[in-house]
Parts: sequence; structure tokens; C-alpha cells
Amino acid sequence: MAIRRAMSGRIMDRTAVVGARYMSSWWRSVQPAPKDPILGVTEAFLADQSPDKVNVGVGAYRDDNGKPVVLECVREAERRIAGNLNMEYLPMGGSVKMVEETLKLAYGENSELIKEKRIAAVQALSGTGACRLFADFQKRFCPDSQIYIPVPTWANHHNIWRDAQVPQKTYHYYHPESKGLDFAAMIDDIKNAPNGSFFLLHACAHNPTGVDPSEEQWREISHHIKAKGHFAFFDMAYQGFASGDPEKDAKAIRIFLEDGHHIGIAQSYAKNMGLYSQRVGCLSVLCEDEKQAVAVKSQLQQLARPMYSNPPVHGALIVSTILSDPDLKKQWLKEVKVMADRIIGMRTALRGNLEKLGSPLSWQHITNQIGMFCYSGLTPEQVDRLTNEFHIYMTRNGRISMAGVTTGNVEYLANAIHEVTK
Amino acid sequence: MRPEFASPSSSSSSSADRRLNALVRHLATASMVSQTAVAFSPTSGFHGDSVFSHVVRAPEDPILGVTVAYNKDPSPVKLNLGVGAYRTEEGKPLVLNVVRKAEQMLLNDKSRVKEYLPIVGIAEFNKLSAKLIFGADSPAIRENRVTTVQCLSGTGSLRVGAEFLARHYHQKTIYIPQPTWGNHPKVFTLAGLSVKTYRYYDPTTRGMNFQGLLEDLGSAPSGSIVLLHACAHNPTGVDPTLQQWEQIRQLMRSKALLPFFDSAYQGFASGNLDEDAQSIRMFVADGGECFVAQSYAKNMGLYGERVGALSVVCRAANVASKVESQLKLVIRPMFSNPPIHGASIVVTILKDSNMFNEWTIELKAMADRIISMRKQLFDALRARGTPGDWSHIIKQIGMFTFTGLNSKQVEFMTREYHIYMTSDGRISMAGLSSKTVPHLADAIHAAVTRMS
Repeated sequence: MAIRRAMSGRIMDRTAVVGARYMSSWWRSVQPAPKDPILGVTEAFLADQSPDKVNVGVGAYRDDNGKPVVLECVREAERRIAGNLNMEYLPMGGSVKMVEETLKLAYGENSELIKEKRIAAVQALSGTGACRLFADFQKRFCPDSQIYIPVPTWANHHNIWRDAQVPQKTYHYYHPESKGLDFAAMIDDIKNAPNGSFFLLHACAHNPTGVDPSEEQWREISHHIKAKGHFAFFDMAYQGFASGDPEKDAKAIRIFLEDGHHIGIAQSYAKNMGLYSQRVGCLSVLCEDEKQAVAVKSQLQQLARPMYSNPPVHGALIVSTILSDPDLKKQWLKEVKVMADRIIGMRTALRGNLEKLGSPLSWQHITNQIGMFCYSGLTPEQVDRLTNEFHIYMTRNGRISMAGVTTGNVEYLANAIHEVTK
Repeated sequence: MRPEFASPSSSSSSSADRRLNALVRHLATASMVSQTAVAFSPTSGFHGDSVFSHVVRAPEDPILGVTVAYNKDPSPVKLNLGVGAYRTEEGKPLVLNVVRKAEQMLLNDKSRVKEYLPIVGIAEFNKLSAKLIFGADSPAIRENRVTTVQCLSGTGSLRVGAEFLARHYHQKTIYIPQPTWGNHPKVFTLAGLSVKTYRYYDPTTRGMNFQGLLEDLGSAPSGSIVLLHACAHNPTGVDPTLQQWEQIRQLMRSKALLPFFDSAYQGFASGNLDEDAQSIRMFVADGGECFVAQSYAKNMGLYGERVGALSVVCRAANVASKVESQLKLVIRPMFSNPPIHGASIVVTILKDSNMFNEWTIELKAMADRIISMRKQLFDALRARGTPGDWSHIIKQIGMFTFTGLNSKQVEFMTREYHIYMTSDGRISMAGLSSKTVPHLADAIHAAVTRMS
């Protein structure tokens, strides 16, 4: 009402309105941004009416009925925290309890480094937020540094370091011919990078290839990175989700810690706790001593403050409720293993089906690779045929999300792949 | 880049031992390593320290530091007036009943999953938030000229908007009022904008320096971005009158200055949602463009859930759609997609007319309690005959009062009366209760009469 009165001309000066009306938009020259390649796949899948359609583009876990899953331990945790005392701001560094438990997962339950308080750690907005915070920190405190990113990698890694204005280079990683690791070339790139470069490493279950170094290979990678004084930054988005055992999935990190690297880690609970949309994660940076860790943490907070002030509380509460309760934690470990085992089972089934069909190609890589994704080796043209002829949706780089494979569709999928590759 | 290494003497012996041990262990497995000898570069990190050894500890956040000091104080009469969060008469944080209800509904809905939200967040949340701030009948909404994206509360909305502006807008300078929320300059600077100020608060009147504001905005280069507090200015509590808003609008439109509204207190200031949105709606009504950062931290008490929205009002629908696509490119490398919990609570409340009404009642109750605290404090100072004009306490609006006390007086009040507030003399009225007003009045009285 007050607005209408005000608009009735007595207060409004019409000439000012006219001035505004004839101005064109400031955003005329803004170009429409390219569509996100992965989201486009899901959109197309949803629009497809075929009853046979299969979505193996999705990067989120599905059960054997193709349904998203909320873990039982998560439901229980949510029951406990509902009607919580308050929704007050967390500190800038997030939930202290959640961070403590999260560090134990990455660095080890009884890690000396944790006891010595040498780790600067803050709650972050899942893996993306942790990587971004680190990239901003790297830019601010090592402004002349650059980041080496594996080829291929999760597409958003490039966006993150670019927006942080850290120059990026790439290092060899995936070997298309063997559908495995291009180890020699990777080591060469590590050796040839200028001393003190930053290297982005996938701790386990490499996205998108599913190709991980072996333990021996990790030791050698660690050795060469150390020789060059490089900084190792681990993106660990799948701990527990890869082998089913969080300790096993942290092996690469533990090797680097043993070798004395001062590493950084981005951890995410999106997949291994199914907390995707809660945006819960953690960024940690191992320092020389407690004093430095305090300094680094304070600087990370200085970067978080002008980005979002403090991180969201709900997801952090779920995590800390689960991890600090021995029974809930045990339940979680069981549920993570179930997810990982189902994926491993589907890998075996898909490969088995393809071999049974008499495919001329080798499909060993399906079971060699690990984690949510399989880099099938399918060409974009073959992928298009899968979509157009068989209503199977995946990203055009041939990445198959094994989470979308079920006992109900694995034969159909194998048949279709066989058809387009025979 | 050559990593900097501290001299060996600065390393603790235990860390040197650790490195030696690592070396020994590594040499023991050397047979597994490739045969070619590895030449250790003399500048390599192997014997060196962290590449972040030079990082110094950042200063404490001035506002958080207040709470830290308060927590340490053992006094039974201590009062925390630094916190920018609502407190009840009992001094407790508050979760609104309607929020509890909404949370329970979400919990009971077994069909709910935790899948990633779209990059722009919950579509319904965005629509409802736009309606809330612009009005259900807003021409901008009707004409599809608004793009709204879910962000992390007010801070996140400001940051995403500022990043977009730094990339796509021809003018990279933003004018912020003097004073303003301490985090504003940091948000804009890190987003890539350069920050200038415009006069706003007049310490002599404890009101608006309107002439100064008009002069400063009048001399800003055409197209500059201007940050405006939609209502309940933080930290001063001094808002323009409707007449003054109209003058500001005319001036800004005539100079093609781009308004960027920070709306953190809608409904919390006057107790009425529409009233508190008038400034924004005035600008939208003239058909021009603007940015709006919305927060549900205070008015729904959702602080830690980080719920907010950024709206960009454009002149045309196709422009709004292009802008949205570019906002997504800002968001994706920052946090990919926003957190679901708080926004789901907001949707549950806003879309249900009964719950919406409940909310407006609880909101008004919070605003009324604050207004009542203002009155009580004003009366208490008058009753004590405290020298000075204290009418600004009841003229200012929103959570904060800019008392006009100087840092020496503030220090005195902390030391002698255990009153905790920011050194700029800002007090959070939300931290007061009928029981504690007398103590604060005593403290102010003592500070004013014994310290200048």
C-alpha cells in the first residue's frame, strides 16, 4: 500500500523514471555460458521416454534398483539432531568436532601429526569448496606457483584453479592404449616440472578414469615429488568408496606422510556418506609445527570469511554425530562397504557379460579400474550410438558411472556396448 | 618457484629426526625405485621446510574477538552485546517454532534424498525468495526479468554477485557506505572489485549524513556500483526515509549507478516484511536493473544453515537467462551447488500460507522485542539523567545501535561493567533483556560521566 501511494506521482519524479526506462541493459553483451557437459546428460536422460533407458552418466551412487540412497546411519544421525538446540553460526573454520574426526580418517586414527597439532584444517563446502579454498590460499601465499593437473581429471578442477588465478599445467596420467596409468610419462612430467611446483593428485578412485597407481607406483611418485620439492595436494573424494575400506583408500596419503611431505588434502563426504547436497568436506594443510598450523588455519579462515563467512552446520552435525559414536561409525563403515562392493560386483558382471558375448576387445580395464567410474575407451561416436540407438546415457568421453549399473540393466548395457564395438 | 627454507637451526630436532627417518626408510626400499639415479636438486624440498613457513597468523576477527573475550570473563553480570544474532529475553539463541516444525516435516518425509541440487539451488526456493523480496506482483517477476540463485546466506550472495560484476560489468568500482559491515570491503575486494566509500553516518547527529551521501554518489563515475543496505543499516541502524530513498534512486538512475542491495534484515527491522523491502521495490518499480543479496540468517533464525539468494533484476527476460548461465560459472568452481537443508526449511515455510503467517508473527515478535529494548534503554538513560541526547537509540532501527561511545568509553565499560561490544560503540540490542538493561544503562552512564 505504501508503495502504491509513493508511486502515485507525488513523490516520484517522472523524468527519473523515463531516464531509467530508456537505458538498455548493462548485460547486453553477456554471452550465454556453455552448458555443463555432465548435467546435460542427465537432462537428456530425464527427457527420454524409453522404458529401457539407462543413466550411467550420473556421478552419484544408486542402489541395485537404480534409486538414490540415504544411508541408515545418516537417517539415525538426523533423527538425533532434529530439534537441535540452535542453528547458531559455526566458527569460520567450521565444526571443530567434525574436523577432528575427519582428520583421523585421512591421517590415521592415532596420527602423531594430529596429536602434535601440526595440521591446519577447516570445514569446507565439500570437495569443491576445499579445493577452491586451497587454490585461493596457494595464490595468496605462493603467488608465483603453478598447479599441475592430471590428464584427464574432473573438469571442475580446471575451473577452480583458473578462478583462483593460479596458472595451470598438466601432467600425463591416463594411458589410452592400455586404459591404465601412463606411469613413465607421469614420472617424467614430475621430474621436468620446475622445483616447488604444486601437484594435484587423486588419492584414490581417480575421476574420471578409475585408474589408480599401485602402492609401489605411489612410493615412486612420492620419491620423485619429494626430490623436486613439489607440493602434493590430494583430492580425496572417495575414501572408503573405492575399495570399501577407508584405511586402504588412504594408502597413498599415508605413504606421502611417511616420506615427510607437507601435504594438503581436500576431503568430501558427498559420496562416502551420501551427503551430496549437504556440502560437507574438509581442507587440511600439514605444517611444520603447531605454531605454523595456527597461522595457516587463521589465513584459511580469512579466505573463507569473504566467501561465505562460515560453513553450513547441518551436514557437519550429521558427520560428527556418526563419527563420534562408535556404533554409528561401525554402521557407516558397513554401509560404505556395501556401496563399494556393489560397484565392484557390477564391474565384474559387466566385464563378464561382455566376454560372454564374445567381444573381440579386452575389457580387463573394467575390473582393473576402481571407484565410481570406468573409462570405457568408447569413442564419442560410439557413445552417441549408445544414446541414440539404445537410450544409454553417459558423458561423451566414454566415462561410465558404475553406480548407474544394476543387475537389472547390466546385460542390456553389455549387449549395447558389444553392438557398437564389435 | 623456489621454496623458502628456514635455516636448520630453526627446525625442531624432532622434525629433523623425522626427515632422517623418512630418508632411511626410503633408502631401504630403493631397490623398488627405478634404476636411474635421482639427482637431488640443491633447492629441493627434501631437506627443506613447508612452502608455507612464511605464513603469518592473521589478526583475530574484530567481532568474533568480542565473543572470545566475553567467554573468558567469569563475571556473573557480564553482557555480550557484540553478537549479531538474536537472543531471547533469557539471553538464549532462538530456533523459531515454525522452523522446528518445518524441520520435523522434512525429517518425516522418507522420500527425501540428498542428491546434488542444481548449481543454482532449489528452483522453488529461488522463486519464493524473489517473491518475498520483490513482492508477489512485481512487474520484474511477471516479466521473467529476474534471475535468482541460491547462495550461502548474505555473504555468499554478495560474493557471487560481485564476482559476476568483476567479470562482466564495465565498471569495476563499488561504493560502500561509511561505515558498513566489516566484511563488505573484503568480499568485494576478493571478488576483484575496487572499493570506494560514500559518506553515510553523521557522528554529530548520530543520523544520516544525507548531504554527504548525495555529494559522494553524485560525483561517482557513471556506471559505478553502489552498495545499499536495504533496511536496518549495519552497524549504525540509521536508514534513509522514504523521501530520501526516492532522492537516492533518482540520483542513481540519472548517473546510471548500479544498485547492489544487501538485504539481511527483511521483516526484522520494522517487523513488517513489505515495509522493509520498500527501498528495493522502489528501484525495481522504475524498470531499472539491480542486484539484491538476500539472507535468511536473522529473519528466519537460520544462521548456521547459510541460506540466502542472489537476485539480478534485468531489463529483459533473455538477458536474465544469460546472466543466470554466467552466475553458474561463478558458482561451480566455488562450491558447485548450494547446501540443501536450510533452503528446504525456507521453502516449506514460504509455500504454506499457515506456516508463512506463523513465521510473520514470530518475526514480528523478535522485531518488537528489539524495539522494546530500545525504548527501555532510552528510558533508563533518561531516568539516570545521563548527559547527552540518546534519542538515536529509539530512532535507529534493526539489531544494532551505534551508541556514539568512543573506544575509550567502550574499554571502560568492558573493564568495569563486563559489557562486551565492538570498539566502534556498536551494541546488539538483541543481546539485551529487561533484566540487563539497567546494568547497561549504569555502564553507559558511568562511561559518559567519568570518561570522555
